[in-house]
Amino acid sequence: MSSDHVTRRGLLRGSAALAAAAPGLSHAQPASPVKEGSPMTPVELTVNGREVHLQLDPRTSLLDALREHLHLTGTKKGCDHGQCGACTVMVEGRRINSCLTLAVMHDGEKVTTIEGLGTAEKLHPMQKAFIVHDGYQCGYCTPGQICSAVAVLEEIEAGIPSHVTHDLDRVTMSDEELRERMSGNICRCAAYPNIIAAMNDVAAGGKA
Amino acid sequence: MRPFTYSRATSVADAAKSAASVQGARFIAGGTNLLDLMKLQIETPTHLIDVNHLGLDRIEKTADGGLKIGALVRNTDLAADRTVRSDYAVLSRALLAGASGQLRNKATTAGNLLQRTRCPYFYDTRMPCNKRRPGSGCGAMQGMSRSLAILGVSDACIAQHPSDMAVAMRLLDAQVDTMGADGTARSIPIADFHRLPGDTPHVETALQSGEIITSVTLPKSIGGTHVYRKVRDRASYAFALVSVAAVFDAKGGTRFAFGGIGAKPWRTEAADAAAKSGAKAVAQAALNGARTTHHNDFKQALVERTLASIYRQKEARA
Ligand SMILES: Cc1cc2nc3c(=O)[nH]c(=O)nc-3n(C[C@H](O)[C@H](O)[C@H](O)COP(=O)(O)OP(=O)(O)OC[C@H]3O[C@@H](n4cnc5c(N)ncnc54)[C@H](O)[C@@H]3O)c2cc1C
Ligand code: SF4
Ligand code: FES
Ligand code: FES
Repeated sequence: MSSDHVTRRGLLRGSAALAAAAPGLSHAQPASPVKEGSPMTPVELTVNGREVHLQLDPRTSLLDALREHLHLTGTKKGCDHGQCGACTVMVEGRRINSCLTLAVMHDGEKVTTIEGLGTAEKLHPMQKAFIVHDGYQCGYCTPGQICSAVAVLEEIEAGIPSHVTHDLDRVTMSDEELRERMSGNICRCAAYPNIIAAMNDVAAGGKA
Repeated sequence: MRPFTYSRATSVADAAKSAASVQGARFIAGGTNLLDLMKLQIETPTHLIDVNHLGLDRIEKTADGGLKIGALVRNTDLAADRTVRSDYAVLSRALLAGASGQLRNKATTAGNLLQRTRCPYFYDTRMPCNKRRPGSGCGAMQGMSRSLAILGVSDACIAQHPSDMAVAMRLLDAQVDTMGADGTARSIPIADFHRLPGDTPHVETALQSGEIITSVTLPKSIGGTHVYRKVRDRASYAFALVSVAAVFDAKGGTRFAFGGIGAKPWRTEAADAAAKSGAKAVAQAALNGARTTHHNDFKQALVERTLASIYRQKEARA
């Protein structure tokens, strides 16, 4: 039984939230067409709290499963090679590049995309902060930036060190830390300073 | 991507056996290197064996005071591990200097060791490359070789080993623990794990067909001051042009290992022996036998300057 239909509705609501955060997102690249040769494999995921059942060519990246099969187009395809961060989503609570992993490898796991962070009616604090601080221009990198930004604050909270952490056992909040930890998310519009401002705002204001 | 079939391994022994018996089979761990290369059809496995669910994701103390790191431990978790932070800080530092937060959340200990070169001609399937297509020639030698190796290179290949983590592992004298297709376990000293290119640059490690990495074991901590200094084109999220891992141990001994300059993670006894004489002497010893191109000759000076900065950092701390 396919739950594509059910998922789609949830998704449309989610995209509205995204559109609110970043108007004018529409330049998605088409995924490569499915070629002959790989047998279809069943994959079950919980995406943004909703269980979905898919039949996928094993070559399908998690990114293409989200965008092309579940029509969750908030998550973006930039490079498709792990270099830009536009495809960042949370899997089992950790941020990863959804372009460099196969959907089948995540059978049975929980995925959170930008559509699952907030809704148009109730934005996630980070989405709100990106709007307030102009954390984007074209908005293409924004869903990935927001997913990463949310995860970065959690990672600092959890005491996970970074390249710029002076004492590995004492992780503190600073612009230097935020910049280093966000380096996997490229922004062609160079909204970087405003993204850092948005993150600082959320970090200071808690979960307001 | 070429079509392939996919299965989840149910035991380590099974994984090794089927990897050796199914033609074109490959293990997949984080997938961050393999899938990248499969998209470009540089790697074309016909069957993927997922090794993520074998319980190889634990870090345990060994009976003789060392540390056994499961092959599937993620780079983020290894860098953040309490024991690694305190007793093997150079490993934490090297890991944190590599890739991005998202990639480190996926990348595994074994996958990191086995990641393939970043030579631009290896990545460009229109160009000759002895590593990608044995016997086709080397596009890099007369081409853009700025990022490539100056030590351990051959007439067939001058590719650099790109890993940061592996440099720290080499410094710490890690052992790579494996299981073969016939079920035999063995431990390979990291010094013998990566192969020099010679005439067969496509053969990169000592692993046999089907052999699976189960863990990487570190000997008892040597304490001391740990440093990893990486020099790259950007402040973050870029591969090393030159990197130096160093431990100044409590007894006055010093060891160095180098990244970005070698066909494999580079370490020499002569460089360690020259430690008391300072950066210039260590650089000279380490770079003995270097073979450079017009584009990458700058790495020699960069090694010396990176060492000098490490010495300064160490003195400032003392
Ligand atoms: C944009 C980008 C930037 C990067 N920057 C850096 C950097 O600055 N520094 C750095 O060091 N690295 C960097 N990397 C590389 C990254 O560290 C590697 O991709 C990663 O470590 C590979 O681990 P994995 O688990 O994803 O490997 P996979 O892609 O799953 O596997 C890699 C290889 O290992 C084999 N393999 C995996 N597990 C086993 C096992 N248990 N036994 C036997 N064989 C196995 C696979 O068959 C495959 O051949 C970067 C990568 C990207 C995409
Ligand atoms: S240096 Fe090695 S990897 Fe690069 S093109 Fe030459 S043979 Fe290929
Ligand atoms: S699309 Fe995944 S990192 Fe660029
Ligand atoms: S807002 Fe345009 S790429 Fe970041």
